[in-house]
Amino acid sequence: MEIPYTVKPRPDTGLYNAKIGIWLFLASEVMLFGALFSSYILLRVGAPDGFWPDVPTAWPHGLLNVPLGTFNTAVLITSSMTVMMAWTALKENNFAKFRKFMTVTLLCAVLFLCIKGYEYNDKFTHYVIRLKDGSALTGHLEINGSSPRFWTEDTLAAKKLESVEVLQDIPTVLRYPSGFKHEEVAHEPGEHHIKREIKTADIQSLRPFVPATGTFFAIYFTMTFLHALHIIGGVLVMGYMTFVGGGMWKTEPERYTNRIESVGLFWHFVDLVWIFLFPVMYLL
Amino acid sequence: MQTATTHAPAHGHDHAHAHEHHEPGFFSKYIFSTDHKVIGIQYGITSLLFLFFGFSLMMAMRWQLAYPGKAIPVVGELLRKVLGDEMASGGVMSADLYNSFGAMHGTIMVFLAIVPLAFGAFGNYVTPLQVGAPDMAFPRLNMASYHMYFWGGVIMLASFFTPGGAAKSGWTSYSPLATLADTSNTINGQTMWLLGMVMLITSSLLGSVNLITTIIQLRVKGLTWMRLPFFTWAQFVTSFLLLLAFPPLEAAGLMQLADNLLKSSFFLPTGLVTSGGIVPVSGGGNPLLWQHLFWFLAHPEVYVLILPAMGIVSEVIANNTRKPLWGYKSMVYASIGLGFVSFIVWAHHMYLTGMGTTISTFFQTTTMIISIPSVIILTSLFISLWGGSIRFNTPMLFALAFLPMFGIGGLTGLPLGFNASDIFLHDSYYVIGHFHYVVAPGTIFALFAGVYFWYPKITGRFMNEILGKIHFFGSFVCMNLIFFPMFIQGLRGMSRRMYDGGSTYFGNGVDPGVLKLNEGILHAALALAFFQLFFIVNFFWSLYGGKKAESSNPWNATTLDWATPTPVPHGNFETAPTVYRGPYEYSVPGAARDFIPQDQKD
Repeated sequence: MEIPYTVKPRPDTGLYNAKIGIWLFLASEVMLFGALFSSYILLRVGAPDGFWPDVPTAWPHGLLNVPLGTFNTAVLITSSMTVMMAWTALKENNFAKFRKFMTVTLLCAVLFLCIKGYEYNDKFTHYVIRLKDGSALTGHLEINGSSPRFWTEDTLAAKKLESVEVLQDIPTVLRYPSGFKHEEVAHEPGEHHIKREIKTADIQSLRPFVPATGTFFAIYFTMTFLHALHIIGGVLVMGYMTFVGGGMWKTEPERYTNRIESVGLFWHFVDLVWIFLFPVMYLL
Repeated sequence: MQTATTHAPAHGHDHAHAHEHHEPGFFSKYIFSTDHKVIGIQYGITSLLFLFFGFSLMMAMRWQLAYPGKAIPVVGELLRKVLGDEMASGGVMSADLYNSFGAMHGTIMVFLAIVPLAFGAFGNYVTPLQVGAPDMAFPRLNMASYHMYFWGGVIMLASFFTPGGAAKSGWTSYSPLATLADTSNTINGQTMWLLGMVMLITSSLLGSVNLITTIIQLRVKGLTWMRLPFFTWAQFVTSFLLLLAFPPLEAAGLMQLADNLLKSSFFLPTGLVTSGGIVPVSGGGNPLLWQHLFWFLAHPEVYVLILPAMGIVSEVIANNTRKPLWGYKSMVYASIGLGFVSFIVWAHHMYLTGMGTTISTFFQTTTMIISIPSVIILTSLFISLWGGSIRFNTPMLFALAFLPMFGIGGLTGLPLGFNASDIFLHDSYYVIGHFHYVVAPGTIFALFAGVYFWYPKITGRFMNEILGKIHFFGSFVCMNLIFFPMFIQGLRGMSRRMYDGGSTYFGNGVDPGVLKLNEGILHAALALAFFQLFFIVNFFWSLYGGKKAESSNPWNATTLDWATPTPVPHGNFETAPTVYRGPYEYSVPGAARDFIPQDQKD
């Protein structure tokens, strides 16, 4: 006996086996990301009122790059569209067209990862600095023209630096949820950073934007990293199917088309997760 | 595929054909097999080994509880040699070792022994046969599922040898304790526990996707939903629980991993103070978050433990009473209801956390509601016995014992479901007694029933009845001698977290009369281990010396798993069977025999 319905749908369910499989897998993925989104809500609701970084455990706002995030959203939606068109091309029996659209999909995915990597690097070189007078500021360090990653106050002590140059952020409107009083940072219109020199002796603590610095960063990195892992998984599978495993198109075209449909469903899900992640992390 | 030619796929066979006609080598036949029967047996043997290992950990702990601070005979010296002086100097169990064994006993029993045995072994072996399928829907995923489970288990075992020992914060791994228990080692037992859990969760994800797809897609012609054997229904609901309840624990595990390795504060509150002063973390996290995510898995998990057991017991009871199951449909609907409601009862494990009376009231209500479907199933099984001419063979004895044992476990759970009484009982031995009545003489007895019942299908030989009966009666008496005294200890207020057997809890060496019970429990546990030898000997001896099963349906059963040849060949059925009737047509008036197989035409 052979395993039935590996390719043709079963009449009473209307589905082939792998399609049920992938939908069940996605259901479990919904629970995985659902749990993380729930955790996000609980941590955020539990955070004290106040303006970050003045109140250390308050929820930070406006730290992420909204234009880049918006662009990345567009990139991912485009890839979702092209993976769908690739599958349609197979249904039209046009393998060359399929390959074209699949290549666009993969390029979009890689572009997304590159931009995400750039954003991550920006966070690793971005610091919150608490001074001994109780005030706090955020900005990038500038040491000999470069921007170091993952430093702490211990690094400063170890390097015996007397002072550091800081490109202090001028908070944007997004940083101030309505109702929070804050001190304005004096600046020229159109300026995004103020260069200032801070004595090491005045610094209480220096922390990069990493998970250890606060629960916002922790959940941001956990969720976006898990999402990025899904993208990488998708790239590997789609890349394999398009460029290595394409031979199946000649021997079992229907089965091959089904495979592309299944991975496409997964890809739409990955896209969907990002569509939730973007507003939750970047805008709210 | 003669009978189902209308649905048969036109192509896509080339692969499977190539496999069928050459004799596979040892590795591809027994280690990397994609045959659901071999994988089921792999699961079965691995999980039985873990079951015995988890039990051994507990015997060492029971010695410490009965005779605190005294060297464990023979085994103590072994522990010292293997785990070092720090853990067991002079053969005496240290507090850390006690905590490790406690955490690993729970983890191993639940995640590496009972679930893989109930779901991995029986689910894999029996379910495809009962739906008339040639194999699982995704054979290679099935293999991957077993290998993930195996390596998850290896990681768990390896954690005993990491610096600082295995995880020691309970099988629940509550934060912040789990994060702060061992801060001197970056890769510690807790890290290994989390990595092992990620493997096990992936394994159960693959298994459940596979089983659901198999049941939905590969049912043969005529096998409608209400003709499925109850065992298959139970596996179906269980799969959904595994599929949907495990991912939140995976999320929680990733977050705890971040807390341990990246020093984030998901579960660490602001201003957390330990004996070492203020903990140097950013704070802002929430310890309750871990508990919510953990119990969101772990309550449905209880039904993952119990539903397959109910499935096995139903098959054995219907077969040995020679009667249809009483109320088959209500049992099916009850198990579906159980599945849904099991997702909204989790916080009854958390009444002591002070989450507020409104929330407690909600969970108290849902907890009372979920007892209804359990009672429906149990009552149906009891009524099924009425008027039957019962065959008291070994599988039936285990199945019969399951009923009152699970009953005691379930009924003693009611005071724990109520907020007011739970606050008194929660940290006491009462909880241990309650939970173990459900799982040990409950689920494990059902699993034994399953092993004795399907053994002749798998091997072609019966297990020995005399050895089986000694195993049953010995285990039955010992189980009760172990767990019943715990109710008494718990009602007297004995804490379940004490490493010295409870004497510090009562203070000044005053024994209110329940500490002595620890000795009795130890001896009963040792006796229980002795009676398991009869099972082990029987299990291996019967492979060669057991009574031969004369036909491929030696119990005269009705379901499709008995319609295959014995031993079951690759591909299971010679031709796809067609089902004409319900699963339990026993003693039908006017029929030639006292059973009518599902695939027999009128």
